[in-house]
Amino acid sequence: MTIEVKNLVKKFGSFAALDGVDLKVDNGELLALLGPSGSGKTTLLRIIAGLDWPDSGEVSFNGEDALAQGARERHVGFVFQHYALFRHMSVFENVAFGLRVQPRAVRKDEATIRARVKELLDLVQLDWLADRYPSQLSGGQRQRIALARALAIEPRILLLDEPFGALDAKVRKELRRWLRSLHHEINVTSIFVTHDQEEALEVANRVVVMDKGRIEQIGSPDDVYESPATAFVHGFIGESIELPVQVDGGVIRLGDRPLQLAAEGLAPGASKLFVRRHDMLVGPAGSGAFEGAVQHVRNFGPVQRAEVALSGGETIEIDAPRDKELRAGDTIGLNPRRYRIFAG
Amino acid sequence: MTMQIADTVSLSASDAKAREKARAAAARDSLRTEPPAVRIAIITLAVLFLSVFVVLPLVVVFAQAFSKGVLAYFAALAEPEAMAAIKLTLIVAAISVGLNLVFGLVAAWAIAKFEFPGKTFLITLIDLPFSVSPVISGLVFVLLFGAQGYFGSWLRDHDIQILFAVPGIALATTFVTFPFVARALIPLMQEQGTQEEEAAISLGASGLQTFFRVTLPNIKWGVLYGVLLCNARAMGEFGAVSVVSGHIRGETNTMPLLVEILYNEYQFVAAFAIASLLAMLALITLIAKTVLERHLDEGQDVNDH
Amino acid sequence: MGLTLSWLSIIILIPLAGLFLKSFELSPEQFWNILSSRRTLNALRVSFGLAFAAACVNLVMGSVIVWALVRYRFPGRRIFDAIVDVPFALPTAVAGVALTALFAEKGWLGAPLAALGIKVAFTPVGIFVAMIFIGIPFVVRTVQPVLQDLDPEIEEAAGSLGASRWQTIIRVILPSLAPALLTGLALAFARAVGEYGSVIFIAGNLPNVSEIAPLLIVIRLSEFRYADATAIAVVMLVVSFVIIFAVNRLQRWAQSRIPVR
Repeated sequence: MTIEVKNLVKKFGSFAALDGVDLKVDNGELLALLGPSGSGKTTLLRIIAGLDWPDSGEVSFNGEDALAQGARERHVGFVFQHYALFRHMSVFENVAFGLRVQPRAVRKDEATIRARVKELLDLVQLDWLADRYPSQLSGGQRQRIALARALAIEPRILLLDEPFGALDAKVRKELRRWLRSLHHEINVTSIFVTHDQEEALEVANRVVVMDKGRIEQIGSPDDVYESPATAFVHGFIGESIELPVQVDGGVIRLGDRPLQLAAEGLAPGASKLFVRRHDMLVGPAGSGAFEGAVQHVRNFGPVQRAEVALSGGETIEIDAPRDKELRAGDTIGLNPRRYRIFAG
Repeated sequence: MTMQIADTVSLSASDAKAREKARAAAARDSLRTEPPAVRIAIITLAVLFLSVFVVLPLVVVFAQAFSKGVLAYFAALAEPEAMAAIKLTLIVAAISVGLNLVFGLVAAWAIAKFEFPGKTFLITLIDLPFSVSPVISGLVFVLLFGAQGYFGSWLRDHDIQILFAVPGIALATTFVTFPFVARALIPLMQEQGTQEEEAAISLGASGLQTFFRVTLPNIKWGVLYGVLLCNARAMGEFGAVSVVSGHIRGETNTMPLLVEILYNEYQFVAAFAIASLLAMLALITLIAKTVLERHLDEGQDVNDH
Repeated sequence: MGLTLSWLSIIILIPLAGLFLKSFELSPEQFWNILSSRRTLNALRVSFGLAFAAACVNLVMGSVIVWALVRYRFPGRRIFDAIVDVPFALPTAVAGVALTALFAEKGWLGAPLAALGIKVAFTPVGIFVAMIFIGIPFVVRTVQPVLQDLDPEIEEAAGSLGASRWQTIIRVILPSLAPALLTGLALAFARAVGEYGSVIFIAGNLPNVSEIAPLLIVIRLSEFRYADATAIAVVMLVVSFVIIFAVNRLQRWAQSRIPVR
C-alpha cells in the first residue's frame, strides 16, 4: 500500500498544526515522523488514520481518495500512545475485538477467530497472557498487545503514535529492535511518530523530520544525520555545536575574527555554523580555525567531553577521542572536519 | 470546441462535488458522537424527563402557594403556628449544624490525617445515616427514650423530656445529618496531606495553632460546603422528625411537619406557602453549592501548581 | 481521637445497637410471625418491588441524562445539570405535596393522564413516581465523573478497528461505565426503599396495596406496637447494610480496573 499526502493543511483555531505537508510513502516502508512536540507529526498520523480531518489537501491510499472514507472503512491499524486497551476485556478479547465487530456477512466463525488471535499473540510472543487483563500487564506487554489488536484486522497500513513514549529506557531499546524485526516479518506499510531521534534513526528506513507543521527533510537515517537539509534538522538531530557567524566577501567571521573556512557559494549575511561535536578535531594552539582554552574535561565512555571557551567569547562542548591528552587550562586549536553553514 | 471545453469543466466540477460530498459524509461519521437525529432525541428525552419530574413539581409549589393571591400567601405565613414552626426549624437546624460542624471536623481530621485500626469501619459508620431510612432513624430514638425505651423510666424519674420535645427533634436531626460535614472534608483533607501541618509544627506551632492557622484556612470552602448541605437537610428533614416530634401544634412542629398537617387539613394555600419557603431554601442551597464547587475546584488547581 | 470515637458511638452506634437489642427481645417465632403477617409482607413487597422498578427507570433515564449532559452542548445545559440535584435538596415533604398536586386527578399532569384512564395519585403508580423523583441524582452523579474521565482514545481505537458507533457504545463504553451504573442503581434503590416523606402523600396508603414499609413502622409506633415496628426496621436495616457492602465492593472493583500508567 502506498500513501500519498498532498498539501495538507490543518488549523486548530489560529494555530497551524499542519501547514502544507507533502509526503509519499512507498509500499512496505517503515517510516518515522520525527519532530519536537507541536510539530504536527501526531496530527498528520491521525489524519491518515481518519481520526482527524484536514482543512484542505489530499490523502490517498494506492491512488484512491482516502478522505472519502471514515476511519472504520480505511482498514488502518492504529496503536495509540497510551495503548487505549479495553480494560474490561481480557487480552484475548482485546485482540479479538476487531474480528468480532465485523459485519455479520464477513465475520469469521468462532474457531477461526480463536486461531487468528492465538496466531497474533504468538507473533507478539505473549500467548501466555491471553487470560490476563490490561491492568495486570507491564507497559511493554501492553504495547505489544495493542499492536496485536491493531494487526488483527489485517490492516493495509500500520500507524503507531509514540510507540515507545511511555516505556522506560531499557524496555524501549528492546522493543525498538523487536518492532523492526516484526515489520520485516509482516511487511505492512508502517508509519510511527516519535520525538526521539535515536529511535527514528535506529528503527526506520526513512525519516521525515517535521517542525511547526512543515516537513524539514525527508531521507534515509544516514541522509538526515550526515547531510541535514536545514538548520533545524542539524540542530535537532545529533549533538551539534551551533555558532552565530557573519558571511561577507567570501569570508566567514565569528564576532570580528575571520575563520579559516571555505565560504564559496554562501549567501552573505548573518548565518549559523553547525559542527558535530565529534567532528571538531583537536590540535596544538594556533593550528586550527578556532582557538580556545579548555575549561574542564569529563569522560563519557569512548570519548572525553571538553568544555572549551573560544577566544571569541563563546563556550562550546566537543567530543575528543580518549587518547588525546586534554587538561583544564590547556590552550588548543580546533579544526572542524565537517561543517555546514545555514543562512539566517 | 467551446462546447467541449464547457462540458469537461462542468464534468470535473460535478466530479469534485461528488467527491466533496463523499468526504463530508465520511468526516461527519465521527468516531466519538452520534448522528444528529439520535443526538436530538437523547437531549429531548433528558430535558423532557427532568422537566416533568423535577421542574414541574417545583413550579407547582409556587403556583399553589400563590393560587389565592399574594395576600393569602403572606397571611398564611403570618399565622402564629407558621411562625412557631419557622422558629423551631431554625433552632433545631442551628443545634444540629453546630454539633455536626464540630464533630464532623474532628472526625474528618482523625480519618484524613491519622492511620489507625478500624478506620474503614469508621468511614462506613459515618456513611450509615445516608443509607438508613429516616423513619428508622427516628425509631431508634423512640426505642431509647420512649416511655418503654431503655432510658424511658430513668428520664421520667428525673423529669427530663426528650421525646416529643425539642431535644428529641434536635437529636434525630443531628443523627440524620451527621455525614455531611465529615463527608465534605475527608477527601479534601486527605488530598492536602500532612506536609503543611508538619511544617508548621517543625516551625514551633502548637497543635491548636496549627489547626487554626494552617488546617482550617485550607479547608474553609469545604467546611462551608458541608455546613450548607447539612443545614438544608436539617431544615427539611421529615421522616425522622415526624417519628420523634409527637406533632404538638405550635410546640413541636417543624416546617416540614406543618406542611403535612396543613395539607391533610386541606389548607392548601397555607401548606404550599410553607412548602415554598422550603423550596426556596433548596434552590438557594443549590445555587450556593454551585458557587462553592467552583471555589473548591479553584483551590485544587492552586494546590496542583 | 477518643472524642471522635465516643461521639460516633453515642450518636450512631448506641441508637442502632438499641434497635438490634430490642429485636433480640423477640423470640424467633414472634419475629417470624410479625414479618410473615400479610400486611407486613405486602408493605415490604410494595417498598422493595417499587423501589427496584424505580431504580431501574433511574438507571435508564439517568444514563440518558448523563449522556446528554456530558457529550452534547445544548442551550440550558448548565441549568439542567444543576437541576439534577433538586430531589436531593428539596425537603421530602415538599416533594410529596408537590408531586401529589401535580398528579392528582385535577393536577396539571394528573388530568390528562386521567383522561387516558391512568390514575397515578393514591395508587401504587404514585409511589413509583415519587421513588423515581427521589432517585434521579444518584445514577447521574455517580456516572457523570466516570464518563467525563473516559479516555477518548478507547472510542477511537474501537472505531479504527471497524466497530460501528453502536458496537462501540455497547461493547466498550457501557462496560467501562458498568461499576458506576451499578453503584448508582444500588444507591437509588437504597434511597427509594427507605423513602418516607415524598411517598406518603401520593401513595394513598391503603393497607396491603399502597402502604410502604416505613409508613407501617410509623403506624405500629403510633399504636405502641414497638416490637412490630422494630422487626420491620431490622429487616430494612439489614438490607441497607448489604447495599452499603455491595457498593463498597463495586467501588473496589471499579478501582482495580483503572490502568496503571
